[in-house]
Amino acid sequence: MTRVRLIHNRVALLLAVVTVAAALALPFLAFAPNRLLSGKAIALSGVAGAGGNAAALLPFALLLAGPFLRASRAVNVLYVGAGVLAAAGLVWLAGQHAALLAATASPAARTSFGAGFWMMEAAALLAVLDGVRRLGLGPAGRVAVGALVAALIGGQFAAGHLDQLSIMKEYANQRDVFAGAVLRHAALVAAALAPTLLIGVPLGIAAQRSPAVGRLVFPVLNVVQTIPSIALFGLLLAPLSALAAAFPGLGIGGVGPVPAVIALTLYSLLPIARNTAAGLAGVPEPVREAARGIGMTPRQVFWRVEAPLALPVFLSGLRITLVQAVGLAAVAALIGAGGLGAIMFQGLFANALDLVLLGAVPVILLAVAADAALKLASALALSRLGRTAA
Amino acid sequence: MRGGLSVLLTDRLALGSVVLAALVLGMPALKPLFAAAFPALDRPLYEADGFLALTLDHLALAGGASLIAVLLGGAAGIAVTRPFGREFRGVLDAVAAMGQTFPPVAVLAVSVPILGFGPAPALIALTLYGLLPIVENTVAGLESVPEPVREAARGMGMGPGALLWRVELPLAAPVILAGVRTAAVVNLGTAAIASTVGAKTLGLPIIVGLNGSNPAYVIQGALIVAALAVVMDAGFDRLAARLTRWRPGGA
Repeated sequence: MTRVRLIHNRVALLLAVVTVAAALALPFLAFAPNRLLSGKAIALSGVAGAGGNAAALLPFALLLAGPFLRASRAVNVLYVGAGVLAAAGLVWLAGQHAALLAATASPAARTSFGAGFWMMEAAALLAVLDGVRRLGLGPAGRVAVGALVAALIGGQFAAGHLDQLSIMKEYANQRDVFAGAVLRHAALVAAALAPTLLIGVPLGIAAQRSPAVGRLVFPVLNVVQTIPSIALFGLLLAPLSALAAAFPGLGIGGVGPVPAVIALTLYSLLPIARNTAAGLAGVPEPVREAARGIGMTPRQVFWRVEAPLALPVFLSGLRITLVQAVGLAAVAALIGAGGLGAIMFQGLFANALDLVLLGAVPVILLAVAADAALKLASALALSRLGRTAA
Repeated sequence: MRGGLSVLLTDRLALGSVVLAALVLGMPALKPLFAAAFPALDRPLYEADGFLALTLDHLALAGGASLIAVLLGGAAGIAVTRPFGREFRGVLDAVAAMGQTFPPVAVLAVSVPILGFGPAPALIALTLYGLLPIVENTVAGLESVPEPVREAARGMGMGPGALLWRVELPLAAPVILAGVRTAAVVNLGTAAIASTVGAKTLGLPIIVGLNGSNPAYVIQGALIVAALAVVMDAGFDRLAARLTRWRPGGA
């Protein structure tokens, strides 16, 4: 019994339905006379009217055809390519229309993304994600596709094509503040990483060698991990203000970057210590025996055998730590630590929604970039181990 | 009575609950203490809202979001491990893994331009974020059920429904619970930050205190949020122990 199958890919079908519904029913952009008023909705049909603009939507044709194509490597490659171009094309279209509107409007007017834009962009990126998965790309391939999307959208940004979009107008107003905030954000994470590694790695090694240490340390770190960041910042306020009052010369206070770094370190210790211990525990005992057997000293066994074998698990702990710290550093803006969170909360408190995006979107991008970089490093460490073993 | 007291002092859940209740209900009684600790403050006690009301609103937001996420995430996790939904398994896994790298506070903030200010958008943002660990663990838990166990259940004449409810879900429960726990911990913390997007929660005294340089408000809010987190953690420990109690060796 053979039946002709019309639908070959139901994931693509779902994405196509979402895309069409968002394109028809939701506003693509919103146009407001100034940054505080809510905007007038602009549908996609009103944006794509002109010939050149409609061309930017062409990749969507392939995404909509996706459900009906029989799976093959070529189809998957095309599908990923169409998704990448569609994601970049939507941004281009938004920038193009914003420029058109800006030509006849007052400089205070704002064009911002609507719900339809976000849904279509999400559908295009999910199509990329699904296609990449079907292609079976490894970490390097995934990072390459991600970098391609980033380059196509970043290129438009660098070329000034997006300048008339509201989020970019906020950026233009805050250019110096923004650069400083990104640096401060990275500095907060880096400043917490140093004590985390100095304390967490020895703690992990000790916990693996002596179970008693682990029984003592891990429950405490686990409880710290469950306490919400904003509460931990608050609880540190009292002892640190007291310390600052007692030793005014120390430069410590209840608010500012110092308590933020202390709190970030407390949160970061668990993943680092736990994964250091887990990585070392995963080294097979016969391997240690063999290393001792060929006359290695305990120091050599650690540095030349145990550490390299534990590295991939350790790097995965470092990845969790970094991703978590990027988010926590954003919350730390509430206690005056600065960083991208300061822009985000400033926007929230002032009801300036594009300022919120200007703070929050880079936080997400930083977290995703840290995740990708360390996944790549883990994969490299693993493949090096594989080569040595082979 | 003596037995009751010793249980109270050694049981983290009972002790935490008592401390939490004392903090929520008895904070006004600590006013002289805060006044003495911060003599420079005109108002050493947060009195704009009652702490009980804030706690209940906080629990409604974090708990409501977690509950909806359990229902939706559990359903999605079950669906993609059935034959009819298997095609969606890969993309769901990828979204769950990718989405969890997004910092919750950034997701909360991004939801404002799209959904607006207030408790309802905050509930949606928390629910969406809570879905990710629950979906991931539901799928992992159901996948971990050994095939021979399924075969045996089918051999006993169980249909797909009975297999799911009486064999697969009970076996997967500890792993699913771990996902629910992750979601609940994140939601409890994010709900506190949600007071910056127009939801009244226990974060409000903290935010108001930080913006108005009133450390007493900050400490009052932070103490209750931290006690809530400890009680919830102990509660999940208890629940996890109960779910695995019947297993040989308790593992």
